[in-house]
Amino acid sequence: MGKAIGQAIKRKEDPRLITGQAKYLDDIQLPGMVYAAVLRSPYAHANIKSIDTSEAESQPGVVGVFTGKDFADLNPLPCAWQAGGVNNNANTPRTLEIDKVTFTGAGVAVVVAESRYAAEDALQYIHVDYEVLPTVVDAKKATEPGAPQLHENAPNNICMEWTCGDEAGTDKALGEADVVVKQAIRNQRLLPTPMDSRGAIGIYSPVSEDYTVYMTSQCPHIMRLLMTAFVFGMPESKMRCISPHVGGGFGTKIFLYPEYCMVAAVSKKLGGLPVKWMETRRENYVATSHGRDHVTEFEVAAKSDGTITGLKVETYANLGGILSTIAPGIPTTLYGRMLSGVYKIPNIYCKVYGTYTNTGMVDAYRGAGRPEASYLVERAVDLVAQELGMDPTEVRRKNFIPPEAFPYAPASNILNGLKYDSGNYAGALDKALELIDYKNLRKEQEEARKAGRLMGIGFSSYVEICGVAPSAWVGLNGEGWGAGLWESANVRVHLTGQVVVTTGSQPHGQGHETTMAQIAADLLGMDVADVRVEHSDTLGTPFGYGTYGSRSATVGGTAIYNSVQKIIEKAKKIGAHMLEAAPEDVTFEDGKVFVKGSPDKAKTIQEVALAAAVAYDLPAGTEPFLDDTTYYDPPNCTYPFGTHVCIVEVDKDSGHVQIKRYLAVDDVGKKINPLIVDGQIHGGVVQGVGQALWEGAMYDDNGQLVSGSLMDYALPKAHYLPMIETDSTETPSPVNPMGIKGAGEAGTIASAQAVVNAVVDALAPYGIKHIDMPLTPQKVWEAIHSNGNGGN
Amino acid sequence: MTEITVNVNGKSYTREIEPRMLLVHFIRDVLGLTGTNIGCETSVCGACTILMDGQAVKSCTQLAVQADGSDVTTIEGLASNGDLHPVQEGFWEKHGLQCGYCTPGMIMSGVDLLKNNPNPTEDEIRHGIEGNLCRCTGYHNIVKAIQYAAEKMQGGN
Ligand code: FES
Ligand code: FES
Repeated sequence: MGKAIGQAIKRKEDPRLITGQAKYLDDIQLPGMVYAAVLRSPYAHANIKSIDTSEAESQPGVVGVFTGKDFADLNPLPCAWQAGGVNNNANTPRTLEIDKVTFTGAGVAVVVAESRYAAEDALQYIHVDYEVLPTVVDAKKATEPGAPQLHENAPNNICMEWTCGDEAGTDKALGEADVVVKQAIRNQRLLPTPMDSRGAIGIYSPVSEDYTVYMTSQCPHIMRLLMTAFVFGMPESKMRCISPHVGGGFGTKIFLYPEYCMVAAVSKKLGGLPVKWMETRRENYVATSHGRDHVTEFEVAAKSDGTITGLKVETYANLGGILSTIAPGIPTTLYGRMLSGVYKIPNIYCKVYGTYTNTGMVDAYRGAGRPEASYLVERAVDLVAQELGMDPTEVRRKNFIPPEAFPYAPASNILNGLKYDSGNYAGALDKALELIDYKNLRKEQEEARKAGRLMGIGFSSYVEICGVAPSAWVGLNGEGWGAGLWESANVRVHLTGQVVVTTGSQPHGQGHETTMAQIAADLLGMDVADVRVEHSDTLGTPFGYGTYGSRSATVGGTAIYNSVQKIIEKAKKIGAHMLEAAPEDVTFEDGKVFVKGSPDKAKTIQEVALAAAVAYDLPAGTEPFLDDTTYYDPPNCTYPFGTHVCIVEVDKDSGHVQIKRYLAVDDVGKKINPLIVDGQIHGGVVQGVGQALWEGAMYDDNGQLVSGSLMDYALPKAHYLPMIETDSTETPSPVNPMGIKGAGEAGTIASAQAVVNAVVDALAPYGIKHIDMPLTPQKVWEAIHSNGNGGN
Repeated sequence: MTEITVNVNGKSYTREIEPRMLLVHFIRDVLGLTGTNIGCETSVCGACTILMDGQAVKSCTQLAVQADGSDVTTIEGLASNGDLHPVQEGFWEKHGLQCGYCTPGMIMSGVDLLKNNPNPTEDEIRHGIEGNLCRCTGYHNIVKAIQYAAEKMQGGN
């Protein structure tokens, strides 16, 4: 490869972001724009008996008030990922709810006014007559006899019952094991909290009868498809979707939301006025999808030497009151299928109940299913180590899938035909142990204990499934995904020698404009500055599936790679013609075409691009211009891995946990830009640390979100944290030509369990085996004081 | 309606506004300076941080009328003659931003911090920006960005 891939260069997108010139959704102002405010249900479960909008309509500045009945001609939003192989009793949102609501925050009416202040003022004059119904908020309690029923088509509030693995084999392993450890764990609900909340602007053209919708979306092409083909029932060509700058997504901006449909439909009702809706933080917390929320029991079987022989898992996954776009796929495909972790576990069985409760929608949040799997597996390994009195790193090492076993198919076919691509799990652990000086750390811990201080060391050896793709696997082979998962790229070398890359993926912080330019520049032997990356507008880019699942570099980047290869082939043909040589005699290196062995007489890619563009003299049968479009569907996913280590100190008297050190050794395969990879790891780690120690969405029994503002939801702050130490090993992925594995979610998938394992290790003298996240001072203190030792 | 005059980024603006209008809405919607972002409207996230008479304030916490007669600097007014402020430069050099949404507020807090404490320790930086939330970076590179700026403003290169 050339000179750009692997370079830690500064980002091309930053100048406009650090000067305030970037335009996020709320920054867009259009002539004649009106502003929408949504009335949301204050009840978590209610029938809507009637809505009276007349008083609101006469408020100053109000231009229209609409309820669900006004949009009854629009279909409910689709559920695009139903869990594979089972019945999904799907119930999805409507543009505005008409008959009933199943969570607080569901939209029931909208006011449109000349200003946002006027719109919000008028909300209080809409009168809704609700018949309030009993509620249930817990994923497991929802399935118990007597629980309030949310949907007629989902008896016992069960949306789906999904299994993977081998139950009989796993039961046998549990029966024959030297030790079996059982544990109940909760993976609490999280509020993803991108700092830029959601918003949308809808513009209908009465003349051409089409729509333009600006939206805070991670995948504008999919939004257009879902809105036109499923909700509005019209041709895709009648809508253009644009994502402007998007201030973080973390999964929550993958999904189709009612408000995106609402602004478009309202604009039509108002004769084409541009309608803007921008979510407040409070709305973001109640109405944007949440993450995690599993109630789980597992049993792990092991021999007395630490060899793990079986893992049996039962999980109740809370899907909320209604299904978000890909909700059922998260606790199934992306969770159950990853329960082998980095270990050769010979028998695995997992059963998942996806349940409805009177809470907000739950869908993908950074890592999406994989953090829950990784957390469970790594807690299980530590519990085995504790039970057997072994060092946790030794139990890990004993069970690692060895490097020579790749490609590796986890046992009991839990990965449904796919295989882990490549790995050296012991390599990452060894590097981590060396970097933290493990031997001395344990001595330090001994001394700390003698001095009455509680120090803990926690490990997490993880693997994740990334670059989520093979279309046939997610669709045809039974995962239930409702479309493909390839990615597109178009690469053009313009007459002036400048390159434009368009991608179907959608950056919202990941730095695509830099890394994707690095790929094209590297292969074409050009400056990164000469490559421009365009994205996020269905008008100007080929159809693409968007950005999530750490797939932009692995799938989208490979599409660019393939297009550039085809452009190079064409450039060689034209260059050979210019050099009056046979095509088979020339080569392309460092941005030049030349006859092998004669580099001094060369044609640069820019010269070839000019010749191709003016097309005065091209080889017979060659089309003008250097331009290629690729649709790339990889043969497999990719499987990044690594080991994270967390060192904590727990204050015995207050239960406060302080992170002393955090080390991440990750193997993301080949890195395109190490600066950006490190940034992804830092941010990902802190999201996992946030889950481990502070964050948790709390609903009361009536389905009210108690942690409904940033004052009540504990987002990590700078002074809670140390610097995050990062290092890496590099095991290229054989799945794609650049050897990339993906880096967007690794940090989050690896980190929560490293912290929890560290705290449990610190508390080992008290015989504590597990505490559910978040490990708040109160919970830790209670645990210390609950084992009959009074905390001494 | 009330008339106020505010000097923003060196330019004086006189406007009629509703007395209840928040300063951040005045800056964004009345003056069209959309570089200052809104992340919560409840004084927690710091995305809306600006400098008012040289002090970092959360502009969602102020009414526009409170800014009458004040000097306000927003992210758009930080670079001078096309030269980035050292804090802006630090964020670019050290990859102190990802989605960039918290960045304008974070940069303004960084400017304020270094004015009061030109040579802060890591811990002082972390406490100095505790009123600004970032969901993307884990703060690691933000700390480094401010360290870079501190060094540069102390006369290093
Ligand atoms: S918008 Fe002002 S502090 Fe969040
Ligand atoms: S860079 Fe995205 S919130 Fe800070």
